[in-house]
Amino acid sequence: MAKLIVDGVEIDVAPEATLLQACEQAGAEVPRFCFHERLSVAGNCRMCLVEVKGGPPKPTASCAMNVRDLRPGPNGEPPVVLTKSPMVKKAREGVMEFLLINHPLDCPICDQGGECDLQDQAIAYGVSGSRFQENKRAVEDKYLGPLVKTSMTRCIHCTRCVRFTTEVAGVTDMGLISRGEDAEITTYLEKALSSELQGNVIDLCPVGALTSKPYAYHARPWELTKTESIDVMDALGSAIRVDSRGREVMRVLPRLNEEVNEEWISDKTRFIWDGLRTQRLDRPYVRENGRLRAATWAEAFGAIKAKLGSTTAAKIGAIGGDLASVEELYALKGLMAALGSSNLDARQDGTKLHPKFGRASYTFNPGIAGIEQADAILIVGSDPRHEAAVLNARIRKSWRQSGGKLPIFVIGQPLDLTYPYTYLGAGAETLANLEASVADKLNAAQKPLVIVGQGPLLRHDGEAVLSLAAKVAVEIGAVKDGWNGFAVLHTAASRVGGLDVGFVPGQGGLDVAGMIDASAKGNLDLLFLLGADEFGAQHLGEKTFVVYIGSHGDTGAHRADVILPGAAYTEKSGTYVNTEGRVQMTNRAVFAPGEAREDWAVLRALSDVLGKKLPFDSLTQLRAKLYAELPHLAALDTAPVNDAEAVAKLASVGGAARSEPFDLAVGDFYLTNPIARASKIMAECSALAASMHEAAAE
Amino acid sequence: MSVRRLHPEQPESFAFNAENAEWAQKVIKRYPEGKQMSAVIPLLMRAQEQDGWITKPCIETIADMLGMAYIRVLEVATFYTQFQLAPVGKKAHVQVCGTTPCMLRGAEEILKICKNRIAHHAHELSSDGDFSWEEVECAGGCVNAPMVTIGKDTYEDLTVETFNAVLDGFAAGNPPKPGPQNGRQFAAAEGGETTLLDPSLYDGSVIGKYRAFDREEPKPEDAKPA
Repeated sequence: MAKLIVDGVEIDVAPEATLLQACEQAGAEVPRFCFHERLSVAGNCRMCLVEVKGGPPKPTASCAMNVRDLRPGPNGEPPVVLTKSPMVKKAREGVMEFLLINHPLDCPICDQGGECDLQDQAIAYGVSGSRFQENKRAVEDKYLGPLVKTSMTRCIHCTRCVRFTTEVAGVTDMGLISRGEDAEITTYLEKALSSELQGNVIDLCPVGALTSKPYAYHARPWELTKTESIDVMDALGSAIRVDSRGREVMRVLPRLNEEVNEEWISDKTRFIWDGLRTQRLDRPYVRENGRLRAATWAEAFGAIKAKLGSTTAAKIGAIGGDLASVEELYALKGLMAALGSSNLDARQDGTKLHPKFGRASYTFNPGIAGIEQADAILIVGSDPRHEAAVLNARIRKSWRQSGGKLPIFVIGQPLDLTYPYTYLGAGAETLANLEASVADKLNAAQKPLVIVGQGPLLRHDGEAVLSLAAKVAVEIGAVKDGWNGFAVLHTAASRVGGLDVGFVPGQGGLDVAGMIDASAKGNLDLLFLLGADEFGAQHLGEKTFVVYIGSHGDTGAHRADVILPGAAYTEKSGTYVNTEGRVQMTNRAVFAPGEAREDWAVLRALSDVLGKKLPFDSLTQLRAKLYAELPHLAALDTAPVNDAEAVAKLASVGGAARSEPFDLAVGDFYLTNPIARASKIMAECSALAASMHEAAAE
Repeated sequence: MSVRRLHPEQPESFAFNAENAEWAQKVIKRYPEGKQMSAVIPLLMRAQEQDGWITKPCIETIADMLGMAYIRVLEVATFYTQFQLAPVGKKAHVQVCGTTPCMLRGAEEILKICKNRIAHHAHELSSDGDFSWEEVECAGGCVNAPMVTIGKDTYEDLTVETFNAVLDGFAAGNPPKPGPQNGRQFAAAEGGETTLLDPSLYDGSVIGKYRAFDREEPKPEDAKPA
């Protein structure tokens, strides 16, 4: 540790720390534009100048100077850093004046207004007028795709966006061309950005040069209500902030959560909000003579009650969707139990994960932050870039931190994951017979990580593949004291929660495939869909009476005989368990539209009509019951360590895995759930991605 | 300097000729494994010597050769003004030095000739496509100002007449000898030398004199106070 005096406060800092970090540690605020904790140091904005005694006799860019490069005083006194001296103030004012020379005075029409670093710092360091008599420069706006809007005249060339796309997102799309006064940020010949994380450049941009295209001119930051919540677009449960005005969600921004998403979110998370306004189910519907008609709650419940009267418990089923919260699944499970049916399944994609093996058999055991500790990674049947874009950035970060030495192996499909890897093969045979050189590398690793995607687990032999992966994990020593490197990567926000509450077929119950089969044969009379749209509703038999509880008019609602409108994830407080097994809770940012109600309340009301009243009257009571039954769900924001025994148990299951190549679980990244399919922005992104894919194939 | 963009009209393809391709491989091998992109500037320069200017297919070919993203090569090509992003004259591209010493010695006259004889704007081709010109910053021939650079050669100590003659020479395919155009030898003083005239400096008689003076040690009595 090195001693340093910052503004008269003596502190101990690591010698490799930068002066900026040291100043922050001492409580001094240092303004900056180009510096960002998660990006490489550029040192080009010069806003973080400080005065250093024991260094060069000029203002020093504190972001680019290390503490160990400072000299002690003549009598061995620690070096002195001043952040508030007249020299520093004057230097920063000079820098600010230069930055403002070419910055347009268009704050009133700039979307960054109110949350602009330049605006804020100009208040602190700006002068009232400009001494610049010449013409200001103007820069042509660039096309960067449907998500990022540009106003390049405002750009101050901090190059955060270039560094983010190159370093974190792993796409070398952006660059700074020309130089000096003519420098411009652009992509190569204005090609659209190809990253799933591109929206983050909007947050990174300290000025209004890169702003959100869909959100452009929609709202001002100070008129938005900010609600901290959790994302449900993928199984990561990224921390988000939902900004709303009145009844509408205006935008979604990331929140800091080092354990999960650091401070990034994927584009699907960020730009989904227009899907929350369209295709909404805002009142109950009942199908009459083949057509859905708007109805009252009483009519809808009555229709279900009538149907229930003419069937038996064994012919009732329930499927939980990808966006359902734990509370709803728990309530629906309770209702099904009361009705005496054991045909329930929260695994609408057909994954063979099952709680019977223990919790460690279906969670991402090392944790997302644990990826950074792993010293060898084996990815089985997964495309993390599209299944969990932010997690993929974490793998890339780990690979970068290792200096490109982290061995990464992929079995499945050879895709561009933004980092290099060794491709081993396509299917289970490769996994069963790992090459000796690969096995050696994995064996040699202290903390090997085996990531199992959902693709292979959706097949009939999914359990065999899962067991095989667990066997490999055990064999290479990925499961030991203090490290469980067996990691299941989920694609749906509700999946782990569903497995946690045991929303799987009971004794003699049917799973999703079984229910579809029974329905096609006319053996399923009543089917509850809790936001389930992707299980293949088109294969259901005509005789099945379908009740759809959900927020969006998608395939499930099209097939439904009764629609009960539910709340989307921004409109309710719901518990979601992410792929690590981390329990998190969303908060209500806005109210559900029209007559739509929170799904648990819909189920509670329905249970009353059906004469099987569920034993809770409020969300608090529901949670009390839930927590009594499953205490680990009460521990919010933590990922409990699961008994690693489950992995060994899973490994011993065995079974014959077929030799076909592993498929992928996510086909179109932008259209994985009903909210995304209702979103115009996502449709645009999807079309663009498809055309880029075609162009690349040519 | 102005905003530098790729030229709107681009050729279909680019390829190094056999000799340059071989040379390029040699240059790439100079750099250690994984650092091949260090060869981007020499390769771009060679491509420019071959074709006269940097084209879009050229950028993409070189990026592919070095395993770089296209944008990275574009960054380099647009950063250095030595890289021509527009077609240049077939016979000569005249780079006129316009920095202070040349300007004081008549570079403006030279520029006027360029505007009249070649094209009104810099980086524009002459009507026959044989010539183009641009104004550059100091080309390092201040003693021989004003001067121009054509290709790898410099033409110095120009006057209106001699510069016109240089252009005429290029137009006729018979360029004059590079260097000062007023008969002066390199950067030697005009009108003969004015210093170091003492012949004894050149007959060997002073060799060692200054050296002995340097090495002379102080005598002991000098050190003592009087």
